[in-house]
Amino acid sequence: MNILDILTMIFLLIGAAFLLVGSIGLFRLPDFYMRLHAPTKASTLGIGSILVASIIFYSFKGDGLSIKEFLITLFIFLTAPITAHMLSKAVLHVRQEPRPDTLNIEILEDIRNRK
Amino acid sequence: MLENTILVVSSIIGISLLLNLWRFMKGPHMVDRIIALDTMYINAIALIVLLGIFMGSPLYYEGALLIAMLGFVSTSAACKYILRGDIIE
Repeated sequence: MNILDILTMIFLLIGAAFLLVGSIGLFRLPDFYMRLHAPTKASTLGIGSILVASIIFYSFKGDGLSIKEFLITLFIFLTAPITAHMLSKAVLHVRQEPRPDTLNIEILEDIRNRK
Repeated sequence: MLENTILVVSSIIGISLLLNLWRFMKGPHMVDRIIALDTMYINAIALIVLLGIFMGSPLYYEGALLIAMLGFVSTSAACKYILRGDIIE
C-alpha cells in the first residue's frame, strides 16, 4: 500500500462524509429555505473531493495525468449555484411560507414582488 | 485496503441516496422533490465514479459526465415549469 492509495482513500472518505452531511441536511432541516442550503453546498464539495480522488487514482496508474474528471468537477461547480438560484426563484413563485420564527421575515414580501 | 474503503464509501453514499429518496417521496411541495432529485443525481455521479475506481477502468467517466449534464438540464426544466407553467415558450 503506497502513499497514493492512502491519498485516494482520504479524499474518498472526505467526499463521502460531505455527501452524507448534505443528504442529512436535506432529510432533517425543517423548511425549504433551509433545506436549499445543505445539498447545494455540501454535496458539491463532496462530489469535488471524490473526483479529486479519482484524478489521483488514474494519474498514477499509468497513462499520464488524467484531468478529464476535472471536467465533471468544473461542470458541477458551475451548475450547482445556477440550480440553487432557479430553485429559490421557483419557491418564491409558489409562495411557500418559511417558518414563522425566521429572522427578517418581513422583507420576504419585498423579495417576492421584485422582478 | 482500497477495495474495503470503496465498499464503505459506497454504503455511505447508498445511505445518502435512501435519505434523498425519503425526501423525494415525502416532500411537502414539488420544489422539495426537485431538489431531492438533484441531490440524487449528484450522489449517482459519485457512485459511478466509485464504480470506475473499483473496476480500474476509466470508461465510466463518460456516464458520469452524461448524468451531470442530464441532471442540470432536467432540474432547470422542472424549475422553469414551476416558474412559467411551460418549459419552452
